[in-house]
Amino acid sequence: MQVPAPFEYERATSVDQAIGLLERLGSSARLVAGGHSLLPMMKLRLANFEYLIDINPLHDQLGYIRVGSDSVRIGALTRHRELLESDELASAFPIFRDAERVIADPVVRNRGTLGGSLCQADPSEDLSAVCTTLDASCVIRGPRGERVVTMEQFHVGPYETAVGDDEILIEIRIPRRDNSGNAYEKVERRAGDWAVVSAGAAMWLAADGTIADARVGLAAVGPNTTGIPEISATLRGQVPSEQAYEQAGVIAARSCDPVTDQRGSEDYKRHLADELTRRTLRKAVERARS
Amino acid sequence: MTTVQDPKFTEFHDNDQKPVGFGRMLRKEDPRFVRGRGRYTDDIQLPGMLHLAILRSPFAHARVLSVDTSAAEASPGVRLVVTGAMLAEKGLAWMPTLSNDVQAVLATDKVRFQGQEVAFVVADDRYAARDALELIEVDYDVLEPVIDARRALEPDAPLIRDDLQGKENNHVFDWETGDEAATEAVFASADVVVQEDIVYPRVHPAPMETCGAVADFDAVEGKLRLWSTTQAPHAHRTLYAIVSGIPEHKIQVISPDLGGGFGNKVPIYPGYVCAIVGSILTGKPVKWMEDRSENLISTGFARDYIMRGEIAATRDGRILAIRTNVLADHGAFNGTAAPVKYPAGFFGVFTGSYDLQAAYCKMTAVYTNKAPGGVAYACSFRITEAVYLVERIVDCLAHELDMDPAELRLKNFIQPDQFPYETKTGWVYDSGNYEPTMRLAMDMAGYADLRKEQEEKRARGELMGIGISFFTEAVGAGPRKNMDILGLGMADGCELRVHPTGKAVVRLSVQTQGQGHETTFAQIVAEEIGIPPADIEVVHGDTDQTPFGLGTYGSRSTPVSGAAAALVARKVRDKAQIIASGMLEVSVADLEWVKGSFQVKGDPGKSVTIQDIAFRAHGAGDLPEGVEGGLEAQICYNPSNLTYPHGAYICVVDIDPGTAQVKVRRFVAVDDCGTRINPMIIEGQIHGGLTDGVGMALMEMIAFDEDGNCLGASLMDYLIPTSLEVPDWETGYTVTPSPHHPIGAKGVGESATVGSPPAIVNAVVDALKPFGVRHADMPLTPSRVWDAMRGRATPPI
Repeated sequence: MQVPAPFEYERATSVDQAIGLLERLGSSARLVAGGHSLLPMMKLRLANFEYLIDINPLHDQLGYIRVGSDSVRIGALTRHRELLESDELASAFPIFRDAERVIADPVVRNRGTLGGSLCQADPSEDLSAVCTTLDASCVIRGPRGERVVTMEQFHVGPYETAVGDDEILIEIRIPRRDNSGNAYEKVERRAGDWAVVSAGAAMWLAADGTIADARVGLAAVGPNTTGIPEISATLRGQVPSEQAYEQAGVIAARSCDPVTDQRGSEDYKRHLADELTRRTLRKAVERARS
Repeated sequence: MTTVQDPKFTEFHDNDQKPVGFGRMLRKEDPRFVRGRGRYTDDIQLPGMLHLAILRSPFAHARVLSVDTSAAEASPGVRLVVTGAMLAEKGLAWMPTLSNDVQAVLATDKVRFQGQEVAFVVADDRYAARDALELIEVDYDVLEPVIDARRALEPDAPLIRDDLQGKENNHVFDWETGDEAATEAVFASADVVVQEDIVYPRVHPAPMETCGAVADFDAVEGKLRLWSTTQAPHAHRTLYAIVSGIPEHKIQVISPDLGGGFGNKVPIYPGYVCAIVGSILTGKPVKWMEDRSENLISTGFARDYIMRGEIAATRDGRILAIRTNVLADHGAFNGTAAPVKYPAGFFGVFTGSYDLQAAYCKMTAVYTNKAPGGVAYACSFRITEAVYLVERIVDCLAHELDMDPAELRLKNFIQPDQFPYETKTGWVYDSGNYEPTMRLAMDMAGYADLRKEQEEKRARGELMGIGISFFTEAVGAGPRKNMDILGLGMADGCELRVHPTGKAVVRLSVQTQGQGHETTFAQIVAEEIGIPPADIEVVHGDTDQTPFGLGTYGSRSTPVSGAAAALVARKVRDKAQIIASGMLEVSVADLEWVKGSFQVKGDPGKSVTIQDIAFRAHGAGDLPEGVEGGLEAQICYNPSNLTYPHGAYICVVDIDPGTAQVKVRRFVAVDDCGTRINPMIIEGQIHGGLTDGVGMALMEMIAFDEDGNCLGASLMDYLIPTSLEVPDWETGYTVTPSPHHPIGAKGVGESATVGSPPAIVNAVVDALKPFGVRHADMPLTPSRVWDAMRGRATPPI
């Protein structure tokens, strides 16, 4: 049995109380949400925190999916399983269900949360790629009130985010636009493994059928989830076509920064960045049209 | 004689129709497992029990300069801290391995692999023990490690085993089999010669339950009780007696329920010895349970063979000879579990199922700075490697001859009238009838239609592959005239006692790890003496309660211990017949056995049941002259030969041309393990082994970086397959009984693990034929398949 180093544990009673604890304990404390990344790291003694503040009691406040006409707001404690099973969310953003189907396994999905996934900031993490693709923004609350940051601002580096020692990520906001479609694809060595590479794509079509806007987010090919502005710039105004997807794929392969490891070679990962970019763009357009 | 059965037979006899003997029935042991009432080593709780944790080396190769335990000793709850130096004072720092090498219990001079045991802590609970490990200060002088086996024998390679007197290099052994000159002659004149370098990477058994022990030394009685995760309790007891000096009758080894073994629980690990030492020094029971990472980085691995295969044939596809050269990586200590005269296990069966003119193998084994072993892992003593080599190289030949791989195999099989068949490497196959097995697999798969489908798909640019493997295993070690482990012959004892009311207890020397022995052995006895399996208690896994024998590995339980169970039941039946003759007042010769009772020949109305006889054997009234009371017997069975199960496997894969992901779409497995005792249990073993094969073929590998860091230290890094990677298994069978086994059974535990990896790899390579691929090494992860598609297939190590 792997056992973590000794630590103190406290259950949060409210967001403000949790922030108060964080303010007092500083970087020696860590929030635990689903715990499926944090606890294994603590058991392996790769992470050692003196205090754990369990925010699961706040699920009633922070676990929600609110689909509005111009945006979708998702509470940070919303669990993978809730994201997977929400028909409303799947209808607004099918990319979530695509991704949740291939995230870990049911045991992890029952506990793991959207906010926990984003805050872990693992470069291979799927929901960060989804949120990047959808141009989501993150609501962070601290002693001095709330602030909203983009996904680009949110991810500071591998396993590092804009959330300060005394702050909590509380909500993710995703803008809604008409005539849109989005999709996610992941290549993994085995069900439940981290991605070798995964890609999300979102397409917004204009009335004349041309591409009004497009975004691609990749995971596992760089220090953080990679959004690629050059793809958006290249695709805007084009008519959706295999040629357009190919251009995007080439840019994706060129722009990402993968490394060779047990999951695959750098070359292969660049190839996948290309292949999966094309596949998800194609599917996103199909969905935008239907 | 081979019986071909309808493969579509899937009906299941429910428990109301339990067979009195062979047939489908639910496993007797399952109620306790499905209700969470299994009792594993970690469930053992003794009064006053302490907990042990082991400090392991972070380096693959380093000199241990000093170990400071003072802070750990002062840590709350800590009772004892022991280092290698302390063990050395008691002469316990080193212990023998199963291959006559020695292994460090705790490092004294150097650490020789990452994860090697350096010190241990005994504390009041496992948390205190684990926390105290952080307080032990070890000063290391890091040395250059040897990670690639190819480097081990280079003149400037660092010397790993400087503990061995006079050792100047990293050589373990050279071994050869077959006739080198005769083989060379055949190769020299052959039409076609194909050569391929084939690597079987290091993999790990990864049983769900990790290894562990609870040691309880009673200083007053002078008795050691050891609950431990062992597949071979009797062999372990003898070795503990030899090493520790505790007399053998004062050692009780108990192997409770095991959560999987797969060969991982054959060796004696340093942790077991540490627990014993901990109990002796503290006077308290001590528990040690390793965690998942410890299990993956330090316990017995499997494979790690770098093989060059060569095959010679005529242009029309007649296979003439096979030759191979093997470099075997044995890690830091040679801990291979194999009969001593077989340092390469039974690798000699690399000649496969084919009638050859010549064969030759030359093997060199080396030390590296990796975990020790070379132990089993469902490999039937290296048959996994042998079967992979021959079935891969035969496919390479088919590729070269542009011949259908099924046709090539059918053309070269050993024929039924050639059995018993002596191979060119000296193995005597007991029985076999290969073509019906192969044909059945092809029929079940719809082989011709699959080839047609493949042709159409190839025309459309889709990648579909069909892979075949046909294997012959050598299991059931083994005849004591030439097989022993550290001097212990590989025979197995069995005792059967029938109680007065006709219920029975059978005591085995082998130990189940999930194979269902409590059911299978009850069925074997039931078949012979007609007592229902439900009325037969199977006792195993406790050296104080069972006869001596060498344990369960190498698919040997049914071939060896199963034979013992059948023969001991026959002995009891013989005695029952004499008692029945007295009860019925006829001569013994006038009685006939109708399962469960003796009848007077020609007068079925006059009979006595085995239960009647049992009561008489223990009851009042005279017994026939010279017959003692009671109804029991014991036996020690020494097999006259190994048994040779065979099978034909066909795998169908689809590969995504864009991502190179392999999907195993179908898998047909036709096995011939001789007489079938419980088909449900056999199918369960096949399903497990096939899943194992998918893991090895597609994802499993214990990899190391250049510094010797193990890259597979958790189940996030060392992947084992899930239900989502496997298809619905399609199983069928033929029955070719073993002529020398009392019930004709051959053993099946490892067949699927042995036979499936080549079928899957052959299917992937077949799918990649349009890219000109003839070989690609496991594990065939998407990245490695993509490399192969681009003509860049490289060995994984």
